[in-house]
Amino acid sequence: MEHYLNLAVKSVFVENMALAFFLGMCSFLACSRKVDTAIGLGVAVIFVQVMTVPMNNLIMHYLLAEGALGWIHPSLAHVNLDFLSFILFISTIAAMTQIVEMACDRFAPKLYATLGVFLPLIAVNCAILGGSLFMQERDYSFPESVVYGIGSGFGWMLAIVALAGIREKMRYSNVPHGLRGLGITFITVGLMAIAFMAFSGIQL
Amino acid sequence: MKFLLDLNHRLKKDFEKGGRFEKLYPLFEANDTFLFTPDSVTKTASHVRDGLDLKRMMTMVVIALIPCTVFGMWNVGYQANLAIDAAKVDQLTGWQHAVIQALGIGYNAGNPIACFLQGALFFLPVYIITIVAGGFWEVVFAVVRKHEVNEGFLVTSLLIPLTLPPTIPLWQVALGTSFGVVFGKEVFGGTGMNFLNPALVARAFMFFAYPGQITGDQVWVAADQAARVDGYSGATILGLTRIEGFTHATTEHAYTWWKAFTGVELGSMGETSALMCLIGAVILIVTGVGSWRTMLGVAVGTIIMSLLMNLVHSTTNGSFVIPFWWHMVMGGWAFGTVFMATDPVSSAFTNLGKLIYGFMIGSFVVLVRVVNPAYPEAMMLSILFMNMLAPLVDHYVVKANIKKRLARNAA
Repeated sequence: MEHYLNLAVKSVFVENMALAFFLGMCSFLACSRKVDTAIGLGVAVIFVQVMTVPMNNLIMHYLLAEGALGWIHPSLAHVNLDFLSFILFISTIAAMTQIVEMACDRFAPKLYATLGVFLPLIAVNCAILGGSLFMQERDYSFPESVVYGIGSGFGWMLAIVALAGIREKMRYSNVPHGLRGLGITFITVGLMAIAFMAFSGIQL
Repeated sequence: MKFLLDLNHRLKKDFEKGGRFEKLYPLFEANDTFLFTPDSVTKTASHVRDGLDLKRMMTMVVIALIPCTVFGMWNVGYQANLAIDAAKVDQLTGWQHAVIQALGIGYNAGNPIACFLQGALFFLPVYIITIVAGGFWEVVFAVVRKHEVNEGFLVTSLLIPLTLPPTIPLWQVALGTSFGVVFGKEVFGGTGMNFLNPALVARAFMFFAYPGQITGDQVWVAADQAARVDGYSGATILGLTRIEGFTHATTEHAYTWWKAFTGVELGSMGETSALMCLIGAVILIVTGVGSWRTMLGVAVGTIIMSLLMNLVHSTTNGSFVIPFWWHMVMGGWAFGTVFMATDPVSSAFTNLGKLIYGFMIGSFVVLVRVVNPAYPEAMMLSILFMNMLAPLVDHYVVKANIKKRLARNAA
């Protein structure tokens, strides 16, 4: 139990997808103008992450890794399909994103309109693929991958919502002309990353 | 005073539009309004009519910081004199010690004036560098962007040296201050428009860029290692706690709560004394400059979280047992709570938000101190972290309020 708690804290705070690894920057910067939009995208990312990391974990353990095909026939025990991981992971992610998009269109059309192209773009969000690849690299077990999926998705959402809060406040700031828009957002993200370094090194 | 007023009036035409030094008007304006109350308090829209302008408010914070500063200067000298071995005085290097020896001030820890002068020799250069480096950027931005020199800088420039160890290299101070002022404040448009406390941004920059000069056992005493008493440990109580566990650290080194409360201990130049911070807190609360809600929130958060930690109790980590009254006097807790967390710009704006914001700082600082082995002290990072989340706290407080009012009016 303690191990999973540790993993959850680590994936939310210590190894925050957005502020420690700087993954998923495109939608992180583009959809953080308003808190409500940021929450919408954050929930979508959590959902996709929670579904895809464990699914890719199963795919890896039962199809791709060396010897993973042994359950079909003993003669396949030496096959190593690792090189297919990118393409299979991305397919899973794209399928999940499609489901999220359809659900969002049906049940929250307003959010669907505000997120625009960034909702389908979750399919190529590096934070999502990054989650699956970290899972592969660190060789997480199935329950670990569930915890990691929730944690890393939630961490990303926390970061984008915090950034949206700051940007809403920053509408009253008097930023130099050359820095308005993305420039000041990059500086803000850098400063947020400094604040997030409070967590680096935490071990429960 | 009359003389100064006349002088300013005579100079004014040179600095106004069309004058010889038109470009330097912000410099003149800063000096003028610092000395005399101006007729116009603010130029922009939406303001409360009040005799108190930002300049008086910030001056109040500087006054509240004076006890910490004076005590800090004495303490720097006192700690150094305790550490210095009288037989090894010739081993001391650095121009400060050359001055002390040339003037015959001596290294007697029992002489408060000698201690104070020695501390001043270490504190003032850092302070002057902060003012010069920060003031430079402040004026550059004011001239180029045609706004006024922000008086918030007076506070920032005093806060920065008070949170630094006495041995900090001056070029690092200049670099850190520049980073804090430019990226923590000026790129957002100056005082009132930033989201992080610029003094903490400066310190965090130095902390992560040059950890060797701002943390550890060697930086807190203003005396070379060669000249110290044999077996002298330069570790702070938080550092000792991290290594030996709290119970061992306090009993073994005869560390009393009273010692930590009065602040006759090692630490950054102005943060050691909880007592002096308390005096500052009274000044801030009575004058209404600092928010008591934030301070209360931090205190409650600390109490609850440390009680929780006491309950959990770990056998391997000796920091779990620290009681809350110790948390409040160790390290930068008091200084951060009174002077950093209450910064009206970077904290939450709403009343309920301030309580929540403070509470989270308090619980967070205990959490990181106890469970994060990388940082024995966490006040700076906790405040920065909550600065980051403060707009969000406000957002939800305002939203809840709107909801409540809608429900009330509908009924």
